[in-house]
Amino acid sequence: MGEFDWGVIWRYRAALWDGMLTSLQLFAIALAGGVFFGTLLAMARLARWKAVSVPAAGFVNLIRAIPFIMAIFWFYFLTPMIVSKFTGQQGEAVGPFTSAVVAFIMVESAYYSEIIRAGIQSIPRGQPGAAYALGLNYWQSMGYVVLPQAFRNMLPVMLTQAVILFQDTSLVYVVALKDFLGAASKAGQLTGRIVELYLFVAVVFFILCFAASRAVKGLQARLAVAR
Amino acid sequence: MPMIELRKVSKWYGSFRVLTECSTSVAKGEVVVVCGPSGSGKSTLIKAVNGLEPFQEGEIIVNGVSVGDPKTNLPKLRAHIGMVFQNFELFPHMSITDNLTLGQVKVLGRSREQAVEKGLALLDRVGLASQRDKYPGQLSGGQQQRVAIARALSMDPIAMLFDEPTSALDPEMINEVLDVMVELAREGMTMMVVTHEMGFARKVAHRVVFMDQGQIVEDCTKDEFFGSPRSDRAQAFLSKILQH
Amino acid sequence: MDWKVFLEQAPSGGMTYLGWLWSGLFWTIAVSACAWVIAFVAGSVVGVARTTPLAWARFLGTAYVELFRNVPLLVQMFLWYFVMPEVIPVAWGDWLKQDMPYLLRLPFAAQFSLWEFTAAVVCLGLYTASRVAEQVRSGIESLPRGQTSAGLAMGLTLAQVYRHVTLPMGFRIIIPPMTSEFLTIFKNSSTALTIGVLELTAQSRQISEYTFKTFEAFTAATLIYIAVTMTVILLMRALERRVAVPGYIAQGSTH
Repeated sequence: MGEFDWGVIWRYRAALWDGMLTSLQLFAIALAGGVFFGTLLAMARLARWKAVSVPAAGFVNLIRAIPFIMAIFWFYFLTPMIVSKFTGQQGEAVGPFTSAVVAFIMVESAYYSEIIRAGIQSIPRGQPGAAYALGLNYWQSMGYVVLPQAFRNMLPVMLTQAVILFQDTSLVYVVALKDFLGAASKAGQLTGRIVELYLFVAVVFFILCFAASRAVKGLQARLAVAR
Repeated sequence: MPMIELRKVSKWYGSFRVLTECSTSVAKGEVVVVCGPSGSGKSTLIKAVNGLEPFQEGEIIVNGVSVGDPKTNLPKLRAHIGMVFQNFELFPHMSITDNLTLGQVKVLGRSREQAVEKGLALLDRVGLASQRDKYPGQLSGGQQQRVAIARALSMDPIAMLFDEPTSALDPEMINEVLDVMVELAREGMTMMVVTHEMGFARKVAHRVVFMDQGQIVEDCTKDEFFGSPRSDRAQAFLSKILQH
Repeated sequence: MDWKVFLEQAPSGGMTYLGWLWSGLFWTIAVSACAWVIAFVAGSVVGVARTTPLAWARFLGTAYVELFRNVPLLVQMFLWYFVMPEVIPVAWGDWLKQDMPYLLRLPFAAQFSLWEFTAAVVCLGLYTASRVAEQVRSGIESLPRGQTSAGLAMGLTLAQVYRHVTLPMGFRIIIPPMTSEFLTIFKNSSTALTIGVLELTAQSRQISEYTFKTFEAFTAATLIYIAVTMTVILLMRALERRVAVPGYIAQGSTH
């Protein structure tokens, strides 16, 4: 103890910042893709058509049954294969970042679909009924009546999941992608200062996630008053 | 040709039969009240009329179009059949004005200005013009139901379906809703009304349909029904409901 | 597809690749089960602390939950394994890294030591405790307030109210969320591969690296995960039925 060298963080600030940008990029893409495909998956699971609802349920349950890291390995393996099959390009053309993005979108869409499904189901059945009675079709009744209410109800849960997603981006470490944690790890190997670097990573994550979850709580309280 | 015609409509939930060969009709300009004990299938029947409840056997023809036919464009049909629900079902995330214009704009393709004008005229008609910018949660139950009626009317319906429109209301609010409905009936609107309000039936109904255990037990004129109902079940029901 | 690959002799451990998978499953379950004990005990204490009328207990409980919930699990894993031995007194750190591995030879062809195992278990356990605590708290808070008042009105002490009234109902309510927490710990245990614990995911990757039968290796591990998940769900449903209180929380019971 007592011989910390905190200067290492400053010396490696550029690499750490690049890592943070990678993490944020992955986070943003996975969030957008996860919510978009998650919504479609949730609608598919609630569809009356078995040919639609059963495969959707199968996919969601499969993804939710395996570890996130296992899913990352799977898509890291599958994405280049599938891409080269469809484009004729070499599998290597797909970089690790793309594979990670695909893995995260897939996993997050499964997680988000469960949240959104609960949100849709929390809307009383009379609401889509009233929308249909006005002559709205399925997509209109979802888009104007059901989903706006569902998203409003689900907003706090979805944001909480977003905080978890941001933390989960650190898992790309297992495929040697240089995210924030990966960058710190690399710098740690070069300098032997892993203690300082990992503590720094922990503190940064804590500050960001703590602030975000506080904000979500505040929002939740405001929504509770508004209704 | 009647506006609404049901021919031997049957429906099952799994093996449980909720509707058994129900046949009746509503002519243009006619007001038909459907009554019966709870669980008798009245709500299911009226929701089958605009295809909100699918049914397995029989046929429902609305304005010449078969509701059960998979080829039927249900949204198009529903656009011209107004429906009022027990729990109002205003859209809570939209202002009153937006509730009144959603269907007009998205389904009928009216311009926003047209839709607002029409919606506000109807809102004024149900006596709630001052509430245009509020949200459903800020109105009383009776007010919400009047808005719901205005919303249905804004689509220029050729017929109106009412599914127990007053049973979720506090007693003091029932009349404000019934008054609107009576006025509509007197203007000649074609109406099918599921309700326990026998006063309403006496005042404006042309015919009364009595249901029990998924079957239509009586289907006769108002005077026949209140004068001398033929079935024991209808008599028992009437004596229970008119005691109060 | 070449499923016979699992019957081939693996380069180490004196077993086939199938043996590697079993070994991986064994360590996945061992890590999850040990961590679950920590998570359940610590989580219950922290969760109860957050519902007591004692301000300091509530503060400590909240601090615990916020701390463990807002740092990624993987980072916590590194903190326990890499950082902790360096910031405690040198002798202790050396003991962890040098002596602890020799306390006990791990069974089932483990290619890692007791120290990696312990770090993984403690990390997962304390991390999951923060999640369990939240479930315990919301379970207790979902009980009608009158229950506690009724207990106190009978002359029970606060501790007795918890022991006889609040906790027995609270724990029944949280069986379903606890099931999902256990499944979470089971899945999260794969994070231990980053500090060298060869659990199921790590073994399937290792098999894929040695044999290039990636599809087969991943499929096998995936099927095992699904099988265990379904077993846990069925067991917990049975437990739910056994402890169901007639006329209350009817889900899971068959009347």
